[in-house]
Amino acid sequence: MTSDTATPAPKRSLPSMSLLGPVIALLVLIAIGASLNSNFLGAANITNVLARSAFIGIIAVGMTFVITAGGLDLSVGSMAAFIAGLMILVMNAALPTLGIGVPIILLGMVVAIVAGIVAGLINGFLITALGIEAFIVTLGTMGIYRSLVTWLADGGTLSLDFGLRTFYRPVYFDGILGISWPIIVFALVVILGEILMSFARFGRHCAATGSNEHVAHYSNVDVNRTRLLTYAMLGLLVGVATIMYVPRLGSASASTGLLWELEAIAAVIIGGTVLKGGFGRVWGTVIGVLILSLIDNILNLTDFVSPYLNGAIQGVIIILAVILQREAKAKG
Amino acid sequence: MTHMKAILMAGAASVAMTTAATAQETSVIGVSIPAATHGWAGGMNFHAQEAVERLEEVYPNLDFVLSTASDPGTQVNDIEDMMATRNIDALVVLPFESEPLTGPVQAVADAGVWVTVVDRGLSVDGIEDLYVAGDNEGFGRVSGEYMASQMPDGGDIVVLRGIPTTIDNMRVEGFEQAIEGSGINIIDMEHGNWNRDDSFNVMQDFLQKHEQIDAVWASDDDMAVGVLAAIEAAGRDDIQFVLGGAGMKEMVQRVMEGDEMIPADVTYPPAMIATAIEMTAVGLTSSAPVSGTFTIGSVLITPENAEEFYYPDSPF
Repeated sequence: MTSDTATPAPKRSLPSMSLLGPVIALLVLIAIGASLNSNFLGAANITNVLARSAFIGIIAVGMTFVITAGGLDLSVGSMAAFIAGLMILVMNAALPTLGIGVPIILLGMVVAIVAGIVAGLINGFLITALGIEAFIVTLGTMGIYRSLVTWLADGGTLSLDFGLRTFYRPVYFDGILGISWPIIVFALVVILGEILMSFARFGRHCAATGSNEHVAHYSNVDVNRTRLLTYAMLGLLVGVATIMYVPRLGSASASTGLLWELEAIAAVIIGGTVLKGGFGRVWGTVIGVLILSLIDNILNLTDFVSPYLNGAIQGVIIILAVILQREAKAKG
Repeated sequence: MTHMKAILMAGAASVAMTTAATAQETSVIGVSIPAATHGWAGGMNFHAQEAVERLEEVYPNLDFVLSTASDPGTQVNDIEDMMATRNIDALVVLPFESEPLTGPVQAVADAGVWVTVVDRGLSVDGIEDLYVAGDNEGFGRVSGEYMASQMPDGGDIVVLRGIPTTIDNMRVEGFEQAIEGSGINIIDMEHGNWNRDDSFNVMQDFLQKHEQIDAVWASDDDMAVGVLAAIEAAGRDDIQFVLGGAGMKEMVQRVMEGDEMIPADVTYPPAMIATAIEMTAVGLTSSAPVSGTFTIGSVLITPENAEEFYYPDSPF
């Protein structure tokens, strides 16, 4: 698996700024947060921030592969809302027969995973087999899933049966050794993603496909299969994120997962993955996700800025984090 | 609910009149509303569809065109399309935002079409023939007065605001005026955007930031859901109660059952769109005068009257 990764990188005394940029931005944010509020570095706040980052984070890891392979997926937020709605409907429907217990939760999880993979495969099929632009395909499916969840919920909110929600709730709020499940799952997804991206053949195929489709094709990389797999994997991860999301509030509505796709894409780019494809960095994506959720967290913890300006602050920091990388790249 | 009865009676009367004056030409009523992007709007969409279906049966000579828009620009397009292709005789519009819709609706009115504006007023007075208004300032005032009555010794509260709009500003102003001098301090205010997930996050952060919070004005039932989940997860018991708003059925049910965390709710009925469509239909088909302003007040729901506000069939 790792046999042909031995090409030594050119040695430098310091890691390049493109590596350091996002890390510095994250550290600066942490320092600002800690100086503004004493609870910022408390275990409870760190747990809150990490757990709520998990949804976008898990999705963003999948998005890293899609973007590295030269694709894009705008449908993930709507897809998450639709899968959450579907999961709630199936679990509520199965409640009279299965009763409250582990089997019904497992049923819900299987529904989420299968629905995610199928949704991802549909995107991937339309893009690879029919050769339609990823932007257009996923813009289309984004609208379709958003409408479907609104329709399923009759314009309102789908809620998990109360008893069932109480039983399922620990999946978001509990964990092992004080680390809650969403954080554990997020960490596992990141580790597997990093291995797959940096050390496995699949990661190299993604990068090759994204950097030059034709060259990749002539180098015996099955370009279409690689792309299809990235979308299926992203769909699977959206399913996993939904499994973590549903127990939190036990509901899904038309406003679930709104703009998650943009947050996920922004996190991927902040982390150093190239939007045009060809190069991806899973751990960078994690830093991007953390930067985004820390901004929200810090703005809520301080009275420093008018809440009307939250969006502006976010925008400035996103652009700054990326400039930090570019500057360094230009300098070499 | 007396106004509903009055309208129904007026409706029944006008049915009698129209059947007497047979062979009338078919009139078209256009209804343009924001899409179901959050709970309240979902309820409003439900009531609009229900009203249209019901009225199409009641008035055979009325046709309805219902369109939902997800932003002000789309809503303007919808209205222009209705004018150009459906030749509407009346327009019932719940403006997405006041400013961008004022010009286009004015053009509709200038063309001689009956205009009914719902909930949000236009930024120029006198365009509409009928204004069915929600009382946003009253919504804030009723909420504030309830808070003040529940906390006679004052206390520290946090406030979750909606999407930054004039509606939200009016509600918060009304609220602030009502609690003035009551000893209640707003120690923090942040936008939860009428969204469960956003308000969950904001409330988690409030709980980190403040060691003692006596009560929460969530100002909306969707946001109250997120707030309650955050409080439950943090295991805090300093918060005495959470006051939402709008009258979501799950919340009304909790009020009915005497839940201590949700002792009351304040209405802002999404069914006001049905009132508007109904009155417009009456205006088109009968000689009963319906022009003017019709304000739907915000009412406090307590365990005593909660049953009157519980609609199990509505999605909201």
